[in-house]
Amino acid sequence: MTEPILSLRGLVTEFRTADGVVHAVDHVSYDIYPGETLGVVGESGSGKSVTVMSILGLIPSPPGRIAGGEVLFKGRDLLKLSRKELQRVRGREIAMVFQDPMTSMNPVFTVGDQISEALLVHDPHMGDDKARARTVELLTLVGVPNPDSRFDQYPHEYSGGMRQRAMIAMAIANQPALLIADEPTTALDVTIQAQVLDVLEKAQRETNAATILITHDLGLIAEMADRVVVMYGGRVVEVGDVNTIFHAPRHPYTLGLMASLPRLDADLKRLEPIPGSPPSLINLPSGCAFHPRCRLTKGREVCRTDIPPLREVDGTGHRAACHFSEEMHAAVEQIEAETGVTLTGDSQ
Amino acid sequence: MSTDAPERPGVPQESSLHERTPVGEEILRVTALTKHFPIRAGLTKRQVGKVHAVDGVEFELAAGETLGLVGESGCGKSTTGRTIVRLLDPTDGSIVFKGRDIAGYSRRQMREVRREMQIVFQDPYASLNPRITVREIVAEPLRIHGRYRGSHQGKDRVAELLTLVGLNPEHGNRFPHEFSGGQRQRIGIARALALNPQVLILDEPVSALDVSIQAQVINLLEELQDELGLAYVFIAHDLSVVRHISDRVAVMYLGKIVEIGERRAIYAEPTHPYTQALLSAVPISDPALRGKRERIVLEGDIPSPANPPSGCNFRTRCWKAEEICAEEDPALIDRFGHGHPSACHFAEPKAVIKAELNR
Ligand SMILES: Nc1ncnc2c1ncn2[C@@H]1O[C@H](COP(=O)(O)OP(=O)(O)O)[C@@H](O)[C@H]1O
Ligand SMILES: Nc1ncnc2c1ncn2[C@@H]1O[C@H](COP(=O)(O)OP(=O)(O)O)[C@@H](O)[C@H]1O
Ligand code: SF4
Ligand SMILES: [Mg+2]
Ligand SMILES: [Mg+2]
Repeated sequence: MTEPILSLRGLVTEFRTADGVVHAVDHVSYDIYPGETLGVVGESGSGKSVTVMSILGLIPSPPGRIAGGEVLFKGRDLLKLSRKELQRVRGREIAMVFQDPMTSMNPVFTVGDQISEALLVHDPHMGDDKARARTVELLTLVGVPNPDSRFDQYPHEYSGGMRQRAMIAMAIANQPALLIADEPTTALDVTIQAQVLDVLEKAQRETNAATILITHDLGLIAEMADRVVVMYGGRVVEVGDVNTIFHAPRHPYTLGLMASLPRLDADLKRLEPIPGSPPSLINLPSGCAFHPRCRLTKGREVCRTDIPPLREVDGTGHRAACHFSEEMHAAVEQIEAETGVTLTGDSQ
Repeated sequence: MSTDAPERPGVPQESSLHERTPVGEEILRVTALTKHFPIRAGLTKRQVGKVHAVDGVEFELAAGETLGLVGESGCGKSTTGRTIVRLLDPTDGSIVFKGRDIAGYSRRQMREVRREMQIVFQDPYASLNPRITVREIVAEPLRIHGRYRGSHQGKDRVAELLTLVGLNPEHGNRFPHEFSGGQRQRIGIARALALNPQVLILDEPVSALDVSIQAQVINLLEELQDELGLAYVFIAHDLSVVRHISDRVAVMYLGKIVEIGERRAIYAEPTHPYTQALLSAVPISDPALRGKRERIVLEGDIPSPANPPSGCNFRTRCWKAEEICAEEDPALIDRFGHGHPSACHFAEPKAVIKAELNR
């Protein structure tokens, strides 16, 4: 098998707040391989964003602190790099697209100048004219109409969808090996999301960059991801290829998400919500953090005492962090009967 | 508290306004509803134009049913909802509630209507007073309407309402910030139900919630509907949520309804190009469908409602548009005799969600 381009190993990130220590990322490990799209899914506050901010050295300190682990990128531990070295990696080898491009674009410079600047920082010999030409090329690639005149406009003169296109253009300007997209379409309407997804797919093809796609939208994951990481309470609870995750989930939280989800393509008998609410990361439940909401635990003590390790469930790289994941088959069938959703069925 | 008896001429008899409309019978009918906001400029605040936020919306709602109102942001869903409950004054059109046109009702007349028709907002935090306890929040409409009679009866009613929406009545003395988003939405619903209304306008009630909590609130709304015979106008931009909860669905674009019909008809056989594009663009949470669906990608952005295109206002993004579309505003009419009107000169049934539906 090919080597991963990025490996997180036991990453721990905390925030010290007046209410206590927020365990935002709690021993998170996952890999991403060249050219693939890795979907990271989980409800808000599960640690998805803080994980990738840690990768890029963007955790505000204080209150934040990376308390442990490794982030291996092409064999180097990014956590050990100097600020300057990290800056070189960021933007050139690893690029990022955020939910709100206004936060990562400078309102006082034109869109074109910012993209050109990104090019020039990493290749000072390029020269202004060439940078402008390349920027116009990039804007064309991402479907910004009239790129020549749009070059000289400011971010606020772009619509939300156009800004996100420009953001993608900037992100791929230096042919990064890894693209991190954190909720890139969450703020957009569905028809505009469709446009941006098209552009994102095109940008991936163009650069062959590996992509980490963070979203709370299972639909987006199903359409875009090759493999999926499911996060809960700052931990990874399940990893697997996209078909396996959707058709044969082996963690009750993953199943709970699917049973909660109304479907565009089916009339469900009812939704089967996960009871209770997401945990506080200051005061995480003992043992398996999911146990107070879990349909599988049935009061068994080990769930309350031992943190379940992320373990292989079927020998295909599919891993789940549940003491009783072998009971999941029956749980899936039960949910199918209760809600009318087809997970394992004929759609495969 | 003063009495809530109607004393002004023009106020409908309490007996008829507060009589329950039998399930299945029309309770609300909106006709040619229009709301324009003035655009002002300059020192004199001269009006230089208007935002066509709602432009001739028509639908009816039967007692006990759910009408989903769906469309992208800025298409006029909230303005429609707020105008119906008269938080905004309509520019034009009629709003017939239980047989009477309330479009021109005074504040005082609306007070009686509010007992029967309530609105719930997306952001419960913004709409709940942060400084009073949850018990007081829920009691407030009872007090305003003189229904918090005797401290016992009032307290019991509040406890009953909190229980009804799945909250522990013992937590009634807490403040809104002590509750999670989902719980706050339950508080908003309890307050809306205090006066035992028959219609709820729900403006994006679950849009801000995570999926597991969203499902809890959706189930609650369904249970309340069954138990209390409520009718809902359910406003949302999430087409999957709307499919799950609605009996009928209206799709809005730039202030107009472009297609309306039974839920199954809208999802299985959309006829308006905008509905088709919208449905085709929603990601479906089944990787087996990847690459098997056509994603209709519309060009360009939604035009400004301050300056909507002539004729069919969707024409600037429509792949079917021809000359007639710029000249003639297509009427919202049943074009195929299947009881499911659409406003397009070139309407045509087309399954876009799944090939299997294409029967
Ligand atoms: N600067 C910060 N200070 C304190 N807590 C923070 C900070 N940034 C994030 N957190 C906390 O870290 C947790 C994980 O957040 P995040 O990774 O943003 O979640 P997600 O992206 O999954 O929605 C949350 O509880 C959040 O409140
Ligand atoms: N009070 C107001 N003044 C001026 N324009 C408004 C006002 N409220 C809404 N609008 C405009 O009316 C249009 C419809 O808005 P809205 O009803 O909120 O849409 P939706 O709820 O579908 O997102 C938008 O263009 C919005 O900017
Ligand atoms: S370990 Fe126990 S509590 Fe956690 S998910 Fe598995 S069964 Fe549920
Ligand atoms: Mg996030
Ligand atoms: Mg709205």
